[in-house]
Amino acid sequence: MSRTVTAAGLTTLVDDLLRSHPPAATDPHEFLGARFDAGLAWVWAGPGDGGLGADPALQPLIEQRLAAAGAPAPFRYNPIGIGMTGPTLLTHGTPEQRGAYLRPLFAGTEIWSQLFSEPGAGSDVAGLATRARRDGDEWIVDGQKVWTSYAHIARRGLLIARTDPDVPKHAGLTAFVVDLTAPGVEVRPLRQLTGEAEFNEVFFTAARIPDTQRLGPVGAGWRVATTTLMNERVSLGGGLSGGVDPGAALLAAYQEAADRGDGNPVRRDQAIRLWIEANVNALTAARAAAGGNRGRPGPEGSVLKLAGAEHSRRAAAYLVDLMGPAGTLIPDYRMTRPGLPLGGGGPRDTAAAFLRSRANTIEGGTSEILRNILGERVLGLPGDIRVDKDVSWRDIPR
Amino acid sequence: MSLVFSDEQEELRRTVRSFLEHASPESEVRRLMESDDGYDPAIWRQMATQLGLQGLHVPEEYGGAGFGYVELGIVLEEMGARLLCAPFLASAVLATGALLAVDDALARKELLPGLVSGTTIGTLAFAGPTGRPEPAGSGGLGPQGGTGAEGGHHGLLAARAASGYTLRGTRHFVLDGALADLILVTAWAEGGLSLFAVPGDAAGLTRSRLPVMDLTRKQADLTFSDTPARLIGAEGDAGPVIDQVLRLACVALANESAGGARTVLEQAVRHAKDRLQFGRPIGSFQAVKHRCADMLVAVEGSKSVAYHAAQVAAAGDSDRLARAASMAKAYVGEAYFSAAADNIQIHGGIGFTWEHSAHLYFKRAKTSELLFGDPVHHRGLLADRLRV
Repeated sequence: MSRTVTAAGLTTLVDDLLRSHPPAATDPHEFLGARFDAGLAWVWAGPGDGGLGADPALQPLIEQRLAAAGAPAPFRYNPIGIGMTGPTLLTHGTPEQRGAYLRPLFAGTEIWSQLFSEPGAGSDVAGLATRARRDGDEWIVDGQKVWTSYAHIARRGLLIARTDPDVPKHAGLTAFVVDLTAPGVEVRPLRQLTGEAEFNEVFFTAARIPDTQRLGPVGAGWRVATTTLMNERVSLGGGLSGGVDPGAALLAAYQEAADRGDGNPVRRDQAIRLWIEANVNALTAARAAAGGNRGRPGPEGSVLKLAGAEHSRRAAAYLVDLMGPAGTLIPDYRMTRPGLPLGGGGPRDTAAAFLRSRANTIEGGTSEILRNILGERVLGLPGDIRVDKDVSWRDIPR
Repeated sequence: MSLVFSDEQEELRRTVRSFLEHASPESEVRRLMESDDGYDPAIWRQMATQLGLQGLHVPEEYGGAGFGYVELGIVLEEMGARLLCAPFLASAVLATGALLAVDDALARKELLPGLVSGTTIGTLAFAGPTGRPEPAGSGGLGPQGGTGAEGGHHGLLAARAASGYTLRGTRHFVLDGALADLILVTAWAEGGLSLFAVPGDAAGLTRSRLPVMDLTRKQADLTFSDTPARLIGAEGDAGPVIDQVLRLACVALANESAGGARTVLEQAVRHAKDRLQFGRPIGSFQAVKHRCADMLVAVEGSKSVAYHAAQVAAAGDSDRLARAASMAKAYVGEAYFSAAADNIQIHGGIGFTWEHSAHLYFKRAKTSELLFGDPVHHRGLLADRLRV
């Protein structure tokens, strides 16, 4: 199999899949498994890994044809797995690891999470302190992770741990695939300012991981993490746009306000300004998707993440402002925990969405960190002075 | 619709870019902006004869290359990046666009080949004293009705003469109006707003150069005193023609501005890397770095929306074009201006000097933001069109 896979050939494969597994009559997990087996999960990947070794530019064709036929969207069943850890496994996994993890990941039968952030390592995630010590064919892990989406329902997680504290911080990290149901792993809900607990804290107490679940070489954890984080930015940035008119909700909200007598030229202008922003971001996402190399996203993901997060925060604030006194009310602060698939619960209440939007410019890289990335990696500007450079991790103040 | 360019289109971009490197260096921009006519006839000829730029989007039957607005957008982006001083917007976009939009095959056949070959420089005179087009209210730039001081039937009148028409009145803010050989002008005839052609040297035509803030783009007021004119199309045809041409002009200016925004970002980044203060490059400070990052976001957004608008223009659906043109004009107008302003700020004192080119882009950016309707105006049009 090679890059000679054509659009016409793919169309035939998609149609065969839809015929053998009619979406309306097929369990979604079964459908996604069959899609993986047909090489239509991510076409640029190799045969057996859910791909056909095809040109990544052909992927949108598959997505569009499947969506039009009402096929289940894999992202809804395993957001972190599809958006982040899947592409990371494709890049860094051994054949055995890819064979063991990718199919259940894509089918959504094994939900994934990522275990990077820690209470002491947010923007400076490379400074993380969770320790993994070698013990024969196993590693023993102690420490705490935080902001872990879906850990309460996930089977597996991508863990970055410190395996060598005596070298500079980036050099002493190693990536592992961890079984979240294993002994020594405890998941607790983390309640956020919306009252919900979308995220979790994960505690490791002498948890054992076989060395066969190490992802990439010892000490190469930062490289693995970077792959995941770049995919996260594409995932978050892209996820904030899409649909026929990405700004339709803003227009509808303004219209509703105008209909009850609260319209005015300033708010009207603001509505259109935000509508334009939403559409421009969607166009940038389309441009990045068409030009980008899937599985190895470039810096445009960071442009999108920054622009999308700033926009969604502004839009959420605008929508709650439009409500006037009604914007001071919120249905409840119950501590709910999200389930999968996504999209089951309907849209968030406007005030609740306003509160949730504060996370947009923090999660997946703060807007400040993203501006650093754009400045340094895309524009080539020099880095700031780093006091922790060339210092062994052990000696960095924390 | 894909927002990615084909190999041929990328080749066109490379060709135009390398041409403009020698045709429009900063020294030439400065020489031409100090001249009355503001362009170099030899370069203008080369653009037409060697590269075929003036007729890129004109059908082959009139001597053009038969491409569309996507290709024209590429050319304009590169011109904007280099601040090319030439009557391209006036001639290739406005005048050519008006002839392509109006229902007059004979006029197209007679007038387009000259514009395409560069032997004729054209422009379009449509604006009243505030810069808004007549007729206000037909959807182009002005929702305000045609009854105000500048509106209505008082701006420029056309009277039937023994052969053809004569015009009386003034048109304002005419791009390259003092230079153009062929002036297409809207005037009120008995049958309504109509399009006329007047040669640049016509009897009774007075052309007054305006003191422009952006010296790289000339403007003039044109006063007609019983000036003989030829009707293009039929009486009453001009309203929809102007609407269409101004939408295309917004698309063109958005693409040109995306190119300018790209250049000011490059300038700012270069300076932030080279300029040392406090013992290190100022680009290592986050206050400067983050401003550059925000400029990058503005540049990427500008490209996305300008390319999209060019594609919609090429596809030819006028309702979608009205939307895409206003969206691009509103977004890129602000994005280019803020990037050009940020460029001056990042340069500090040197950015405020006449010697540095930052002000040339800043002035072009502000002018581009205000021409053909400012961002607030276009957001208003969008709101009307989106029915909110």
